[in-house]
Amino acid sequence: MNNRVKELRKEKGYTQEDLAEIIGVSRQTVNAIEKQKFDPSLNTAFKMAKLFELPIESIFLSED
Amino acid sequence: MSNKLYKMKEERKKRMTQLAIWTWTWVATLALATFGPEFIWAADSPLTIVSIVLNFLNGALMIWANRNLYNHYDELERKIHLESMALTLGVAVIVGLTYSLLDQKNIIQSDAEIGVLVGIIGITYGVAMGINTKRYS
Repeated sequence: MNNRVKELRKEKGYTQEDLAEIIGVSRQTVNAIEKQKFDPSLNTAFKMAKLFELPIESIFLSED
Repeated sequence: MSNKLYKMKEERKKRMTQLAIWTWTWVATLALATFGPEFIWAADSPLTIVSIVLNFLNGALMIWANRNLYNHYDELERKIHLESMALTLGVAVIVGLTYSLLDQKNIIQSDAEIGVLVGIIGITYGVAMGINTKRYS
């Protein structure tokens, strides 16, 4: 699944470590999500949506 | 480092220390139960069963500590461990049964030892963890 996490994180001026801490995961997890090697859980996706003030479907883009 | 991150790291460290303590004491009690009847007390002494029970209880605490640590992992860490454990379980069943058959049919000279299987499990888990960690980094 494609996502805009890296772009949105940079817009907010966060480091990967900052974002990891806010959403309660490790920095490695944020890195894997940004590299699109790992799709986050629904809970994490909702936390990101709340943080970036965007709907989930604007952050995570279906490949279909 | 913020307070929240510091607390998370401290909690992880605490759980890893607990697991390390129970793992090493389990190894020590296993050694005691194995070599005690041979070198320290008489084989028919009640100390033999006491040492075996002690090792078993220590093992249960080691499993509890491992579960405790696992519950502190985040979603990616859990996925990495789960995939590694799944592969290890498969390898353990297949290799274990093949090894047992080789022994039963006298194709191998020596008796099948559980230690060999434990070694294979450890190596498989370690290699799978390394590969999976690399895959997601």
